[in-house]
Amino acid sequence: MGKRIAKEVSIAIAEAVKQCRVDVIAAYPITPQTHIVEHLSELVANGELDAEYITVESEHSAISACLGSVATGARTFTSTSSQGLALMHEILFIAPALRLPVVMVVANRALSAPISIWNDHGDIMAERDIGWIQTFAENGQEAVDLVYHAFRVAEDRRVMFPVIVNIDGFTLSHMIEPIELPDQEQVDQYLPPFKPRYRLDPRKPISMGPVGIPEIYTEAKKAQDEAFKNAYRVIVKAWDEFEKIFGRRYRPVETYRMEDAEVALLIMGSLAETAMTAVDRLREAGKKVGLVRIRLWRPFPLRDFVRAVKGVRVLGVIDRALSPGATGGPVGVEVRSALYQVPGRPRVVNFVAGLGGRDVTVEDFEEMADKAFFYMKKKPKEPYEMIGVKE
Amino acid sequence: MLKELARFKGFSAKNLPKEEPFAPGHRACQGCGEVLALRLALKALGMNVIAVSATGCMEIISSPFPYTSWRVPWIHIAFENAAAVASGVEAALKALKRKGRFPKNRRVDVVAFAGDGGTADIGLQALSGALERGHDFVYICLDNEAYMNTGVQRSSCTPYGAMTTTSPPGSRSFGQMTWKKNLPAIAAAHGIPYVATATPAFFLDLMNKVKKAALVEGPAYVHIYAPCPTGWGTKGEDSIRLAKLAVETRIFPLYEVIEGKYYITRKVTKPKPVEEYLKLQRRFRHLTEDHIRQIQERVDAEYERLLKLAECL
Repeated sequence: MGKRIAKEVSIAIAEAVKQCRVDVIAAYPITPQTHIVEHLSELVANGELDAEYITVESEHSAISACLGSVATGARTFTSTSSQGLALMHEILFIAPALRLPVVMVVANRALSAPISIWNDHGDIMAERDIGWIQTFAENGQEAVDLVYHAFRVAEDRRVMFPVIVNIDGFTLSHMIEPIELPDQEQVDQYLPPFKPRYRLDPRKPISMGPVGIPEIYTEAKKAQDEAFKNAYRVIVKAWDEFEKIFGRRYRPVETYRMEDAEVALLIMGSLAETAMTAVDRLREAGKKVGLVRIRLWRPFPLRDFVRAVKGVRVLGVIDRALSPGATGGPVGVEVRSALYQVPGRPRVVNFVAGLGGRDVTVEDFEEMADKAFFYMKKKPKEPYEMIGVKE
Repeated sequence: MLKELARFKGFSAKNLPKEEPFAPGHRACQGCGEVLALRLALKALGMNVIAVSATGCMEIISSPFPYTSWRVPWIHIAFENAAAVASGVEAALKALKRKGRFPKNRRVDVVAFAGDGGTADIGLQALSGALERGHDFVYICLDNEAYMNTGVQRSSCTPYGAMTTTSPPGSRSFGQMTWKKNLPAIAAAHGIPYVATATPAFFLDLMNKVKKAALVEGPAYVHIYAPCPTGWGTKGEDSIRLAKLAVETRIFPLYEVIEGKYYITRKVTKPKPVEEYLKLQRRFRHLTEDHIRQIQERVDAEYERLLKLAECL
């Protein structure tokens, strides 16, 4: 077993990527992702990691180079944030459609304008429908563990989809936390060498990325969608396997003090830990409050989620991104839609909080829970509400 | 001369590779100069190649699923990133060879193809990045002087005065109002080992240049001039004639830049007037004598400049 040592989360992620024995890294610097790729550069420069590091001229080329690399059969990693992720946007759709299992860590950050380097989920929520498997980390240890899991799942021949591990920018990426990095043997045991089903090789030529004429486009997309939904089982199994080797247990949806909860808060990412404190305080005050956290965002864990919120009367969904003019934040809209067919479904009240690095405190969570209790009897006027606005 | 090129004797008409890495049965227009250039380039490179295509005519006509014209491994990702994708392929081969997951001694050439739009305009950044980083790959620009498969819109490689759907002549316009971007010079400015221009009219010259580009270590850029009957308003059977005329009128000079040194590979001592070239094409039919004179002056001046570049070395 590895030792628990205090480490900056970004550095630990880079170490984990090294333990995954990647062959190629292509990345462009963007705050707050930089420490990850800086440390990887150091590891390559010192000969501690035998990989090609491509210092591309943009994020667009970073992801393009990654796709070329993974298509040639090399285990490939990149990392980005915010505007950089947005610049990759066009190419992000191509990776899953060509079944190219690249792994990317996104240090979540707000999008311009106004320009902000601080954390929210505006960048990744704009990438909701790109067809990548997406997980959200709650703390440093989970961020690291999700990297091993990402490679394992992505390269599984039944999956062959790219994976994004989301970590909150600064609030996770730049924190120093006690993190246990496993032994290399454990990682090797968990993560077999990359053996792609298809690759660019003159000994066995194939054409990748041809023109999809109308007669086949729908079928190609249906095949992609089915394979993506089927990936769910592999994702969960890979976590089961993870528990056997590393001893830490992960599920697509996690609950906290949900027994007999009337009101539940729902959140993704590192703020869940703050929310837990709020739940504890509210429970002490005799209020039946629980917390639901979605770890796997794509494919959406529909059944697990519905099971998790069973019996809840009001679900307070906290979004870290704004979708102007919509009927809610991206998570709020998703969750409402997921519950629509469920008999006796909870009422969903949607909050948008923590934009562009604004603190969301324990008190804020308490306030949101109180609002959720208030809306048990009364329907909210607006489909969502912004929290923490100074007026 | 680069050491890698010393042993290469060159192709001859009697000694051409038998393989056809680009299969017949593609969907290009009749008389397409670009597909001819592509076929010749691949013939020169052989079967041990990984090809990357940008979006453009050659990608569209060669890969309507479930058909493919590619007998070598081929990948298409997007319009502007062929050079970046090729960077990734090259880096992966390097890593896999080093780690023993790909035969160390097997030579595989990485080649990227893109049109003039995908090279001179939207793809210029990715190309510049890849050339600057020094990846060992060949980048081939198939230049038909406009965005052809979207319906003939101007690119920065469209020549002065040419009519396209986004540079139409009108009461306040005479067509394309800027001069063609000098892509080979931009590529050469990166200090890469090998840059060349070619056209399918001189097919051995084209094949030799592409082969040399593959032989040199590091990035190589080949700019191939490719007539487009559909976009230019020319007869399909005139494509090779036009490609030849472009050289003979000095509009498209053939040269190499080896380690920064310019070598004119086909010196045109008695140039034909540009009018002879222009008058065969509908895209130039609106031009006045004054425009043609301007073009002639520019072509002469550019050729003089090129001669000096080659001379001073």
